[in-house]
Amino acid sequence: MGFPILSTVLLAPLLMALVICFLPRESREQIRMLAAASMGVATCLTLYAYAAYDTAAGGMQFTERIPWVTDLGVSYSLGVDGISLPMLLLTDVIGLASVFSSWNIEKRAKEFFILLLVLITGVTGTFIACDLFIFLLCYEVVVIPIYIMVLIWGSTKRVSKEYSGMKLTIFLLMGSAFMLVGIVSLYLGAYPAGQRTFDIEALIMASQMGHMSMEFQILVFLLLLAGFGSLLSMFPFHSWSPDGYAGAPTAVSMIHAGVLKKIGGYGLIRLGLMVLPLGAKFWAPLIAGLAMINVMYAAYCAMVQKDLKYIIGYSSVSHMGYVLLGFAALNVVSISGAIANMVAHGIMASLFFSQIGYVYEKTHMRSIPDLKGLAHYFPRVTIGFMLAGLASVGLPGLIEFVPEVTIFMGTIGVYPFFAVLAIAGIVFTALYILRMLAKVLFGPKDEHFAQYEDQKGVEVLPLLLLGVFLIGFGVFPELLMSVIDSGVQPLTPLLAALSDVPTLLGGGL
Amino acid sequence: MSEFALTHAWLIPLLPALAFVVIGLFTRLNKKLSEAIAVSAISLSFLVSLCVLAAVIGGPVTMDNPFIQKALWAKMGTLELSMGVLIDPMTAMMLIVVTTVALLVQVYSIGYMEHDPGAGRFFAFLSLFASSMLGLVISVNFLQMYAFWELVGVCSYLLIGFYYYKISAREAAKKAFITTRIGDFGMLLGILLLQITFGTLDFMELKELVPAYIWISGTGFMTVVGLLLFIGPIGKSGQFPLHVWLPDAMEGPTPVSALIHAATMVVAGVYLVGRAYFIFSALPTVMNVIAWIGGFTAFFAATIAVTQRPFKRILAYSTISQLGYMMLALGVGSLTASMFHLMTHAFFKALMFLCAGAVIEAMNEEADIFKMGGLRHRMPTTFKCMTIGVLAIAGVPPFAGFFSKDMILAAAAEVSTPLYLLAAATAFMTAFYMARLLFVAFFGEVREDCPAHETNSYMKWPLVVLAVLAVLSGAWGHFAGFGEWVYYGTAAEEHIDFMIAGSSVVLTFIAFALAYEIYVAKRFSSYLISQRFGILYKLSYNKYYVDEFYTIVRNTFVDKLGAALYWFDLRVIDGMVNGLAKGVGCLSCVFTVLQNGQAQRYAAVFYCGVIALVAYSIFYAFRILQLLGGAY
Repeated sequence: MGFPILSTVLLAPLLMALVICFLPRESREQIRMLAAASMGVATCLTLYAYAAYDTAAGGMQFTERIPWVTDLGVSYSLGVDGISLPMLLLTDVIGLASVFSSWNIEKRAKEFFILLLVLITGVTGTFIACDLFIFLLCYEVVVIPIYIMVLIWGSTKRVSKEYSGMKLTIFLLMGSAFMLVGIVSLYLGAYPAGQRTFDIEALIMASQMGHMSMEFQILVFLLLLAGFGSLLSMFPFHSWSPDGYAGAPTAVSMIHAGVLKKIGGYGLIRLGLMVLPLGAKFWAPLIAGLAMINVMYAAYCAMVQKDLKYIIGYSSVSHMGYVLLGFAALNVVSISGAIANMVAHGIMASLFFSQIGYVYEKTHMRSIPDLKGLAHYFPRVTIGFMLAGLASVGLPGLIEFVPEVTIFMGTIGVYPFFAVLAIAGIVFTALYILRMLAKVLFGPKDEHFAQYEDQKGVEVLPLLLLGVFLIGFGVFPELLMSVIDSGVQPLTPLLAALSDVPTLLGGGL
Repeated sequence: MSEFALTHAWLIPLLPALAFVVIGLFTRLNKKLSEAIAVSAISLSFLVSLCVLAAVIGGPVTMDNPFIQKALWAKMGTLELSMGVLIDPMTAMMLIVVTTVALLVQVYSIGYMEHDPGAGRFFAFLSLFASSMLGLVISVNFLQMYAFWELVGVCSYLLIGFYYYKISAREAAKKAFITTRIGDFGMLLGILLLQITFGTLDFMELKELVPAYIWISGTGFMTVVGLLLFIGPIGKSGQFPLHVWLPDAMEGPTPVSALIHAATMVVAGVYLVGRAYFIFSALPTVMNVIAWIGGFTAFFAATIAVTQRPFKRILAYSTISQLGYMMLALGVGSLTASMFHLMTHAFFKALMFLCAGAVIEAMNEEADIFKMGGLRHRMPTTFKCMTIGVLAIAGVPPFAGFFSKDMILAAAAEVSTPLYLLAAATAFMTAFYMARLLFVAFFGEVREDCPAHETNSYMKWPLVVLAVLAVLSGAWGHFAGFGEWVYYGTAAEEHIDFMIAGSSVVLTFIAFALAYEIYVAKRFSSYLISQRFGILYKLSYNKYYVDEFYTIVRNTFVDKLGAALYWFDLRVIDGMVNGLAKGVGCLSCVFTVLQNGQAQRYAAVFYCGVIALVAYSIFYAFRILQLLGGAY
């Protein structure tokens, strides 16, 4: 075992948070530099891992494993494959961008950055954990900082920040309650006492050897679906998402919409599909139906919003519908598309939130009727809005195009009805995104905004950083798709075997 | 040499793309440098296109034997998305048309944008557009075409909204994008169906597979696919009923109208149908739909153009009408006629738009033709160029439009008399409204307050070049054998049907005379005529209220439905969430009563518990006794 890359990526922010604990609260300058430095290190190492990942070999790489509680079968086990590596990259890039987006924070900066780094550590851990115990541990780590950050640094608009913080936290906890029961059932159901383990690979093995009956899989998958589904803002468990983002400070919105939400999709694929394939297949039509509702319903709701954050909140619910749809179709193409779409949405949603956050920081306005003609005074913010907006609309050459088309190609043959309705979403997305861009950015000059300055220096970095990935993965999709493909390709036999397994609508056998 | 040109054809879209990147990143604020970069990139593309044209004319490449190059773009599982270059005579012709018009429009824009501080941005977007359009033209598969199709759409959006401080421009840009998006939705469905049916989107592979499929399973399913695919061109090429965005798109700078909304992007729909002709031509139902939508659009738009007042709007409806002609030609089975008209129309319509730009600039942004008059004295070169454009579009021999329009009329007459009559009536109206435009704006007395003056040389020379092309391209195509070069199936023969050509020329001159009588000699009052046909005039002047209809649809099915669903989200879904939370809260109230910290309360609870336990044990003991009793 060489240099522990993944441990460094995981623990760098946490260690830095510890260091910051011992700094005086007046040294805001050093605190934010240190926070950025730790995230910079993590991002660079992740980029290295991304470049060095051997797509031909596939499988878990950069693995680290230290037995921890041997009696319970718990070990500190990390690793990345083609599915988790893009998620890890997403986490670190957005984490770094969120540090820069919080650069000007005045109120209790020390505590803010400590909590932010702890939050990022937690999210990172869920993606690279190869052990479900570590996965749950990291997931629970995420909940606490988010609640505190919304309460202290959040903003009150339509709903109070206390309400949105509580809502966010309770949904997260409820999700984790279902998840916990599901995961413990897996733990107990996979192997007889004595051999039990939280190791994901071992659970997958158990599933392949037929240790889990159809009924067991159907039941446990439903628990996981309730948990991961509400995390992914699946209808009707989505209502935390717009309210939560609206109340949260910029960095939390970025991380929550950008990566935290994706734990839901990631978990559905990693545990739901790989460990419980029969359960996944059984519930797939339901998921597809809900996915279609997600896409259209949330798009319609986004259409009538007045607050920028609510639009992006509903928009993210709508885009998660595509992820769910890709998952539900259960084939290599659609699942690749679903994973790529999570990356794509993460980048563009966090770009949106960082730009909205900047405008709000300067003008204390977020409501569409108040904002107008920003392009005259905020050319850089305008570029950010336009890039994120056009990516949401699915413009070729930006990150969202290939994932969307891939999902459509993978799903239209499986669920023609739901797919056609979901594809109609491209028209409605264009409608609400372009309306918003038009109202906020363009139109006559408004002298009121002349007093504010455009982004400069560090403030431009989120746009630059996220923009590079937004365009880079858009023009050269193979950079992203080749890694994802190496993760999804091994599922081919599993998915092929599922083709004649019955669903809740019957069929199969 | 010819091989070299073909293998480097990928440079044609790449050069303007590079210009976009360089201008966007570095020279945006330097106007002169940005212009130089953009114009030199498109000039180089033009040169490479010329080489490609030479290679196609001299080499073995024909419609049935295209040159193909492919590269992998993205791959997931069994699905491979590739990008590439497909060169056949149709591509070569399109490359020349697009690079020529783009080059001339960019040169013209140097003059047009002289005093605009946003010129750098303008040239960046123009370059991006040129690149996307050229990428669309050389597409090897449906996905590449769809990708570039979306990109040209977004360039159109950005350029219509170039004057972003104008609310009208911003709304027009949005409308253009969303209206064409509706078409793209249908087209995307068609493409997806092709992908899952045939497992490929490659034009050449589909060309083999589709006829076999139709032969085995009939036309039923493919008719659905064909109709879905055709929705895309309806949106992009401004066909009825998705034409509403094109007249509004005139809010953009005039060079943009000339390049994107007359010569190149709007013909992408026609080009797509031509490129996928192996699908459409095998489906009689779809061909009928194409022919009738094309024919109807041509007629419908012409009836609107007759009564409009703004210079560019008349041209916009004329463009819709001419695009209808091209669709009609495709629908009646003549790829040659359609492509030929596409080429000549690109030249003479771009010419007229550039003239319009010169006129409107000279008139200080006054666009209403009835506020102009006598401009031929003030702007002689523009007047001459405009006259050539009008003669070309009206189909006066030997100008370009004569040959291409005649070919379309002949093709329509062969298939269906009603379509021919529709097309001939459109030709008559075209001649009339174009003559009206020319007479009203350029003839008559010069107004006293008229500020007009001849344009600068950047703007003048492109006009002259386009005028030459508008005169010569038709005759050149006719005599050089365009039909033996661009065709589908068997090479088309070149001949002029003197009955059809003769009658349409006669009609054209009658229309000219009528317009002259009304607008120059003023023998009939146009006002009285409009009064006489009150309802018809109103319908035409208000564009048949199609926009108003869409506004109602949008208000009901988008805004009201959205508001209703949001209400549902707030009240029902969130109501449930909050209700659940309240329920849990109430439950906890009940339990807190039991644990309020007072010793007496604890004692009382304890006592109740004891009573309950005792009662339960007694009951339980009783049950056991009963059971025992039963057993004995």
